[in-house]
Amino acid sequence: MKILVPVKRVPDPATTIRVLPDGSGIATDNIKWVINPFDEIAIEEALRIKEKQGSGEVVLCSIGQQSWQEQLRTGLAMGADRAILVKSDGALDTLAIARILTSVASQEKPELVILGKQAIDDDSNQVGQMMAEMLGWPQATFASKIELSDGKCTVTREVDGGLETIAFPLPGVITTDLRLNEPRYASLPGIMKARKKELKEIAVDSMGIDLTPRLRIKTLTAPPKREAGRKLESPADLVQVLHSEAKVI
Amino acid sequence: MGDVLVIAEYQGQRFPKTTMVALHAGLELAKKRGGNCLAVIAGDQLDGLAADLAKYGVSKVVVLEHPALKEYLADAYSCAISAVAKKLGAEYVLATATAIGKDLLPRIAARLEAPMASEIVAIGEDNTLIRPMYAGNALASIEMDGPFKVVTVRATAFDAAQPSGSSAAIEKVEAEIDAGAGRMQFVSFNQTKSDRPQLTEARIVVSGGRGLRSGENFKTVLEPLVDELGAAMGASRAAVDAGFVPNDLQVGQTGKVVAPELYVAVGISGAIQHLAGMKDSKTIVAINKDPDAPIFSVADYGLVADLFKAVPEMVEELKKVKHS
Ligand SMILES: Cc1cc2nc3c(=O)[nH]c(=O)nc-3n(C[C@H](O)[C@H](O)[C@H](O)COP(=O)(O)OP(=O)(O)OC[C@H]3O[C@@H](n4cnc5c(N)ncnc54)[C@H](O)[C@@H]3O)c2cc1C
Ligand SMILES: Nc1ncnc2c1ncn2[C@@H]1O[C@H](COP(=O)(O)O)[C@@H](O)[C@H]1O
Repeated sequence: MKILVPVKRVPDPATTIRVLPDGSGIATDNIKWVINPFDEIAIEEALRIKEKQGSGEVVLCSIGQQSWQEQLRTGLAMGADRAILVKSDGALDTLAIARILTSVASQEKPELVILGKQAIDDDSNQVGQMMAEMLGWPQATFASKIELSDGKCTVTREVDGGLETIAFPLPGVITTDLRLNEPRYASLPGIMKARKKELKEIAVDSMGIDLTPRLRIKTLTAPPKREAGRKLESPADLVQVLHSEAKVI
Repeated sequence: MGDVLVIAEYQGQRFPKTTMVALHAGLELAKKRGGNCLAVIAGDQLDGLAADLAKYGVSKVVVLEHPALKEYLADAYSCAISAVAKKLGAEYVLATATAIGKDLLPRIAARLEAPMASEIVAIGEDNTLIRPMYAGNALASIEMDGPFKVVTVRATAFDAAQPSGSSAAIEKVEAEIDAGAGRMQFVSFNQTKSDRPQLTEARIVVSGGRGLRSGENFKTVLEPLVDELGAAMGASRAAVDAGFVPNDLQVGQTGKVVAPELYVAVGISGAIQHLAGMKDSKTIVAINKDPDAPIFSVADYGLVADLFKAVPEMVEELKKVKHS
């Protein structure tokens, strides 16, 4: 089975993010860049499906700058078969990203697209669902378990108040939640092999897609900072202040 | 122009607080943009719910009834609601960022070829909307254009709508559902059983972290505190990943966002991803044995202590306060 995994490059979640004083963006000088953690989970799941079925192909796709090659190589080192980098320097909104990915999916014809549920930089949680609609495919977001049999996909989803299970015939779109799996690390032989794997570059302008941003960020500001309060000596003191000072109990 | 269509999510025969929040945000947005606020409800046999919904200040309630809408499924709902938005010429389609809101609204956006703003926390002037990014480390002021715009709102950032004293018209509309939709099939829902208040509705939330060390300790140490306070229980990702508590208790950037009057963090270090889900709580209490834990930097009241000693003592003290 062929599986397409869109991969975004984001700041390492452990990085402290600082808004630039002029509000034009975030300071990028001390950032370590990584694969979006949810996309790592997506790659891992795709690899497990391929391994279990004993055949298939895992194709990665990023829409970004030349530097995003790094993360695609890491994904190839984890075990993905090949990668596509759609090169774009300009700012794209989620609608444009979904359109580009839909166009790639229409050419590649995967049976499954597995994305992260959200990119931890923009926190949008949109692209997978948009792609599913554009392709006219079923979707299962926030997946914590995926089962495949006879062209049918059964997915357990993390929703409010519990776990929901839905099923659909392939093809379809799935987005990953944290508990789906624990991604493997790239092994040394994996890293060696990855150097020889195909990483195709496409210029976004050659795809003939309307990329006009419909959503623009005017400014970024740092959120108001919460001040640290005070430390108390004992549980009894704590209960007292909550009762008589904060009046919350 | 300026009309807002709010998607009213329901649970059984009632509207959760999150729906009232969507209505409030929808009314505010419509007012600022000079339009009307309408509500749409989809499903099967909705008369009682529709009548209830009509009381909250919206100018019209649209009812979409169809057997295919009985269970929520993204593909059929996206067809039916997008068609209503088009028919009414609503500029904005809005819902709260619940699990359903997050699942459905981007699909509607794609269908309407509309931009979408996720989890807005405020409605700005000059056509802007405000939303957090980077786990709440930045607030973005955004602008969207085009005939349609799609928005989810963060439940903690807006008040709940109140009954307006009058009742809006209710209109039944034929649901339009593509032949291709309906390939998704509902199988089952495994509900987390709990008699406690819901995390996103509770006045007090007590959350436990890795410091609790086991699911058993959640039961014997944390739950007495949760119940003494009449609180909802939450957890850090580490506690959920370790299997101490169910997944839907995770508070944070990629879990639930809460802002209760009182948030008590027990054995939680305060990683930025956790803070993103609770730092707008009114009063924050942290109990942690490490005086340098980052959680103390946002806590109004901190207790540097071993939780296994401090929490049972706190329960005893609470009982005293209650009975005094
Ligand atoms: C993509 C991504 C998404 C994430 N999303 C979320 C999210 O939504 N929500 C979330 O919470 N996290 C999230 N995280 C994880 C986050 O980065 C932290 O790893 C997590 O919050 C840590 O949980 P914790 O505080 O329980 O554990 P730890 O960081 O291990 O902290 C445990 C704390 O318990 C204290 N402790 C231990 N024993 C005792 C004792 N006996 N008495 C008192 N105190 C004690 C310790 O001093 C320590 O401070 C995410 C991470 C990533 C990469
Ligand atoms: N520029 C991009 N290139 C490739 N995939 C992306 C890109 N942006 C988003 N995605 C995918 O879409 C998912 C959800 O992103 P978002 O909707 O932005 O939160 C991510 O986890 C990725 O799998």
